[in-house]
Amino acid sequence: MAVVQTRNLTKVFKEGELGAVNNVNLETREGEFLVFLGPSGSGKTTLLRMIAGLETPTSGEILIGGKVVNDMTPRERRIAMVFQSYALYPHLTVYNNIAFPLKAQKIPKNLHKEKVEWAASLLSIGSLLQRKPRELSGGERQRVALARAIVREPSVFLLDEPLSNLDAKLRLSAREELERFHRRVGTTTIYVTHDQVEAMAMGDRIMVLNKGVVRQFATPKEVYDDPADTFVATFLGSPPMNLVENGDLIVGFRPEHFRLADEIKEPKVTFKFKVENVEYLGAEFILSGLIMGGQLDGKKVVARLLLGHTYEIGVTYDFAVPERHLKFFDRATEKKTEARALAWA
Amino acid sequence: MGMTPAVSADAPRPLKRARITSMGAAKSPLLGAAMFAPAILYIVLLIGAPFMLAVFYAFSDARIGSNELHYVGFENFRSILQSPSFLKAIKNSVVFTICAQIIVLICSNILAIVLEKKFLGRGLVRFLILLPWVAPVSLGTIGWKWILDSIYSVITWVLIWAHLVKPYEAPMWLGQPYLAMASVILVHCWRLIPFSTVILLAGRTAIPKEIPEAASIDGAGFWRTLFQITLPMMRPILSVAVLFGTIFTFTDMTVVYILTAGGPFNSTQTLPSLAFATGIQGSDLAAGAAISLFLVPVLVVIAYLMLRVASRTEGA
Amino acid sequence: MSNLFVQKFGPRATKIFFLIFFVVLLAFPFYWMFIASFKPNADLYNVENNPFIFNMKPTLDHIRLLFTETRYVRWLGNTALVGALVVVITLLLSIPAAYALARLTGRWGERIGIGIFLTYLVPPTLLFIPLSRVIAILGLQDTIWSLVLVYPSVTIPFSIWLLMGFFKSIPRELEDAAMVDGLTRFGAFVKLVIPISLSGILTVVIFTFTLVTQEFVYALTFISPESNQMVGVGIPIFLVRGDVYFWGSLMAACLIASLPIAFLYNLFLDRFIAGFTVGAVKG
Repeated sequence: MAVVQTRNLTKVFKEGELGAVNNVNLETREGEFLVFLGPSGSGKTTLLRMIAGLETPTSGEILIGGKVVNDMTPRERRIAMVFQSYALYPHLTVYNNIAFPLKAQKIPKNLHKEKVEWAASLLSIGSLLQRKPRELSGGERQRVALARAIVREPSVFLLDEPLSNLDAKLRLSAREELERFHRRVGTTTIYVTHDQVEAMAMGDRIMVLNKGVVRQFATPKEVYDDPADTFVATFLGSPPMNLVENGDLIVGFRPEHFRLADEIKEPKVTFKFKVENVEYLGAEFILSGLIMGGQLDGKKVVARLLLGHTYEIGVTYDFAVPERHLKFFDRATEKKTEARALAWA
Repeated sequence: MGMTPAVSADAPRPLKRARITSMGAAKSPLLGAAMFAPAILYIVLLIGAPFMLAVFYAFSDARIGSNELHYVGFENFRSILQSPSFLKAIKNSVVFTICAQIIVLICSNILAIVLEKKFLGRGLVRFLILLPWVAPVSLGTIGWKWILDSIYSVITWVLIWAHLVKPYEAPMWLGQPYLAMASVILVHCWRLIPFSTVILLAGRTAIPKEIPEAASIDGAGFWRTLFQITLPMMRPILSVAVLFGTIFTFTDMTVVYILTAGGPFNSTQTLPSLAFATGIQGSDLAAGAAISLFLVPVLVVIAYLMLRVASRTEGA
Repeated sequence: MSNLFVQKFGPRATKIFFLIFFVVLLAFPFYWMFIASFKPNADLYNVENNPFIFNMKPTLDHIRLLFTETRYVRWLGNTALVGALVVVITLLLSIPAAYALARLTGRWGERIGIGIFLTYLVPPTLLFIPLSRVIAILGLQDTIWSLVLVYPSVTIPFSIWLLMGFFKSIPRELEDAAMVDGLTRFGAFVKLVIPISLSGILTVVIFTFTLVTQEFVYALTFISPESNQMVGVGIPIFLVRGDVYFWGSLMAACLIASLPIAFLYNLFLDRFIAGFTVGAVKG
């Protein structure tokens, strides 16, 4: 188990253009499950691959366990990686897939069986050892990929969107399995995803990236409740945070904090909300509509409400947001700024 | 190969893809038959029938210029099996083919590895490398005939210039039996390496790049990745390249005919070139046919192997 | 601990070495043809001279001889004519056949398809003897028509195979939609499928043409008179007067005939490879 650090890590693919990864500084904690979250093109996979040794950085340093590893091959870094497609060797049985790293590291043959069986039992795939990858389901392949990764007892796990090739139902159970796996094994893990739900559910800390730049690096609670800029604010949470302009500020409030004014007993800001669309999702409503009157007249906002009332299209309601749930961002920099009293008329 | 598509439910993948039949596609067998009948007819008349005829001739005493045709049983086979030039021809065919395939396999694998990644000028390199294959066989061979000429050979000139050989002891590249055999093998390799390389390149690029990356992370170096991961994964492609290469070498008469005409003293004669020499130049159609029939067993084996490769990958 | 730099440098040098080695080995004969084409005989046949460079001024004599005193131009013409005719015949026969096999005949289609592919494995060196008799009986001996008749048997199998793969990749829904719109199946074929498949058809054209130019055995067997011969056979056989090879002209002839074909072939290379490897490479 080791700590991964990067110092001013940068990767530029095309000269003169913005890098895929720009000046990223990070330090993991031992045994933590760290998530790189961002949309495609944000640099999260490039960052992961640099840590793995599959891409060479343009500048900056990577350290694993305190040692600078920039010049080390992937093999020497004692890391394990699970790819999006799992990259199982199609011509080898599951057993030989798992045993391959042991062969490559020249571990004595008599130890292979024991180690493979240990890894297989950890992931409950003992019965699949003689099958070939093409005979396995998506979930089983993930487990084989994990077994192959764990068998060498690496110091760091790197996972590149391993759930995105599974369909929705399977994804949930596979995610749980990963979480359980991490708890049992405890290796420092870096996980790349574009799915903010996965990031929130699995991560001890989340590093939010956009266009190669770190936007925020904090716990799930912090990135959700206290986003560092409008990008983080709208990237996490579904439906995304409502953002409205007020003077030189951008004010945000989450849909779940936007509800009937009467039900809020604390200091609040009220708006006239004309409902244009009602989506009934079974456990909740998603209302989208327009703010009527005042300086935000005509602005589209979304509310997310539990059951209890009925809402009709075309009707204007008195809605409000508790003041303590308002987030403030500087309009020019889009970064978080201090709370202020505002005029809404 | 490639990305694993989304899999629904945690169930084992079915091994055979379900056949999709188009809904409402009027199956008009009559139209279908009419559409491929001409092609089938052509093939039957110009390949099937001559093949039968070849068998027929092999058991007859057909000659060019003679209208007589009698059944002679196995006489032709008996006489050619006793002829030393025939036995030499069989040996040559086998030796040339096997040697060429081995050399081509090694060289084209090296070349495929070298050409895999993009680099400046790769398109031009590809054009240059393909020249031996795309130029007509006879013309490329003539080029080599000039290069291997006893007196004017450029190879000889270089050897003399490097003081490895004395001016009047120049090797007769096409005049000494073993050198001539090596020359024939050389020209075959020269022609086949481009073909094989391009096929192998296609096979290599079909391997998802994450596989060698996973191997590298697992700790495998260059050689281990090549022999334990990449080449095994390329087995169908390698088979195709080797099988086609075998056919091209084994059934070729052009290179031998132009380069050495079978000489010196029949030392480079192969089955097809001997069949030509006997049947057309020697006017003994029957014997020529009999000789060429010996190609059939090898072709049958190759056809069988090809079908096996194709069916194996279908079920994958 | 091995150094990443060393790891990357060694292999690079090795790659460059092999690259140069193979490019030289494979392309050198053509450079050689080029040099020999323009070297005056006094330079060409002088063993003392450095063969890699022009020791005397280059000359156009060989080319002039080639074009004016030999039947070279005639052979080029023959080859082009035969090529064009064979292309037409091949297209006429293989396009419908490939379509029928790809679309209409389920299980049987696969078997026939394999059968056709297998016929590609039957070499001319097996059939040329009986075919020479057939050609003689038909009275086509010594004419280019013998080749026009026989060559399609070589080009059709592979063309069908190539086109089959191509047609299979066109979704059936497209034709179903056309038929719903009122076309018959044959009409859908002519008006819809063929235009879409233009690049596949073009590939077959190029392939067929290059096959015609490459062929040797049949042309050698069926045709004796010099003026009716194809370029692939004419050059090795007739540019030799007695025992004397006119190497200069010979090399020029080879070069001029090879290069255009090489250009054409290169343009469509990927499709040929696909044709050869159908079934072996998935995805």
